[in-house]
Amino acid sequence: MTERILLKGNELLAEAAVRAGCRFYAGYPITPQNEIPEYMSWRLPQVGGVFIQAESELAAINMLFGASAAGARCMTSSSSPGISLKQEGISYIAAAELPCVIVNIQRGGPGLGNIRASQSDYFQAVKGGGHGDYRLIVLAPSTLQEAYELMMNAFDYADYWRNPAMILGDGILGQMAEPVEMKPYSPILNIPSKDYVLDGCKDRAPRVIKTLILKPELGLVTHNEQLQAKYRKIEQAVRLCEEYEVADADIIVSAYGIPGRIAKGAVKAARGKGIKAGLIRPISLWPFPKKAFLKAARTAKQFLVVEMSQGQFIEDVKLAIECKRPVEFLGKGGGWYPTQEVILEKIEQMLRYSKGAGQ
Amino acid sequence: MEFHRPETLYEAHTHYCPGCGHGITHRLVAEVIDELGVREKTIATAPVGCAVLFYDYMKFDIIECAHGRCPAVATGIKRMLPDRVVFTYQGDGDLAAIGTAETIHTANRGENITVIFINNAIYGMTGGQMAPTTMLGQYSTTTPKGRGKNAEGAPLRVCELLSSLDGVCYLERVAVSTPKDVIQAKRAIKKAFENQLADKGFSLVEVLSMCPTDWKLSPEEAVKFVNEEMKKVFPLGVFKDK
Repeated sequence: MTERILLKGNELLAEAAVRAGCRFYAGYPITPQNEIPEYMSWRLPQVGGVFIQAESELAAINMLFGASAAGARCMTSSSSPGISLKQEGISYIAAAELPCVIVNIQRGGPGLGNIRASQSDYFQAVKGGGHGDYRLIVLAPSTLQEAYELMMNAFDYADYWRNPAMILGDGILGQMAEPVEMKPYSPILNIPSKDYVLDGCKDRAPRVIKTLILKPELGLVTHNEQLQAKYRKIEQAVRLCEEYEVADADIIVSAYGIPGRIAKGAVKAARGKGIKAGLIRPISLWPFPKKAFLKAARTAKQFLVVEMSQGQFIEDVKLAIECKRPVEFLGKGGGWYPTQEVILEKIEQMLRYSKGAGQ
Repeated sequence: MEFHRPETLYEAHTHYCPGCGHGITHRLVAEVIDELGVREKTIATAPVGCAVLFYDYMKFDIIECAHGRCPAVATGIKRMLPDRVVFTYQGDGDLAAIGTAETIHTANRGENITVIFINNAIYGMTGGQMAPTTMLGQYSTTTPKGRGKNAEGAPLRVCELLSSLDGVCYLERVAVSTPKDVIQAKRAIKKAFENQLADKGFSLVEVLSMCPTDWKLSPEEAVKFVNEEMKKVFPLGVFKDK
């Protein structure tokens, strides 16, 4: 029988990482993700791993750069302002094509913001964040069971694609507890051998990991083209989403992470009232599961986007459906979160307006 | 006595300016690595600055880091591979300005790594701006009237600063401006690596080095500048030896 335990989201993410073979963690305290470094500080030494409380987020992400170059499965975690600080290192790690996993338990922004849950780092996570043309594989769990599994998968994606992967959660996900089936780790991809690792040049030529490309003249152009070719392959291979009652839906509600879970409740309640509502909940935010949206746009009449930010995620939904249908918005940043009732009310309001327009 | 190229050096012409101290220091590091027989288990970091192309000259594994972050990257490598030889090679802007936090905390944790710190009191690669180690009154492209005590503050003395930290094992300031200095510099560099092999903790060698181009001096005048000006502000010697 699979072990079933009750853990806080943050602790669960840490435990999942250890079970997936993570052996190096560096991070800096910031609320609401402090249970991750706290858990790692005693858990990693139990399995021969290394925990470092770094002097800053910059130092932490650069420690990962080193640990990843040395061949370790490694991770860091933080919350919004701390993730901003990590962007320099993330750009270097992406440019050097090294694997690592970054957890962002988002809080309210901009600036110091507050410590309530938020999704306002969406653009930063899926559009780049640091300097240069690069991408992160971004995964957004909406339950702790899913968080446990995606955390493990994130290490496989990172190693397989030699690319940083991010778990984009929020303060609710990090702080809530629910029972989880602790399935044993089983890789979802065939991880190639790490032939880039810097471990001393015994019996081989010395290796260099670098991101400065001066020669040949267009060497950096070529490097960028190679990165883009890799990103296109990832886009073909990874497009995760949950679709619920989409086939005959007149109105598609879309949300990710915790609001995705709340939106599902609203869709169920709408169905209970005879409203043909459906849900598309992206699980991978980059790559974005465009096809599911485009397909739904052929039959659904309108879309509703729900997010805990001021209209970031909605841009990708509009792009995915190529603006073929009207898209309504329900969202606020700064610590607001939607309830099932508020979403249902919005759905009903949208239907009233569309019927009115048809008369 | 025959003069051989150390095995650790590739056969390459460096990109350094005539009279620059990097070439001498590179050679000293390479000789020490050869003598200790650790080339095949060495992993170094290349800095942002004039020595960014370190990997074009050194025959071992190297990772190029963001400006100032070498000690953090080296920490990650050394913690995962404690039986390898890990060292950083950094300039003054890298180590003592943008990377001051990483330097101090890596030293304070007592990470068992070696740091080779080139202090030439100027930013070389970007064209001669003020360094954290630029001396009072010294001209740079961003201190056109000379570095002032009130506006820019006095130069940072890294060995003195780090000497109060318990985690630090060994600190020595040397120069590469006279044959005698070069011999002493090699002794210090060797000791800094031997400390790591003996698991003794954080060792740093500060090397006073010439930058004729950005000092607007001839190579000969630059040597004189180190001997007559820099050594006054940055006295040579051992600051810590645990």
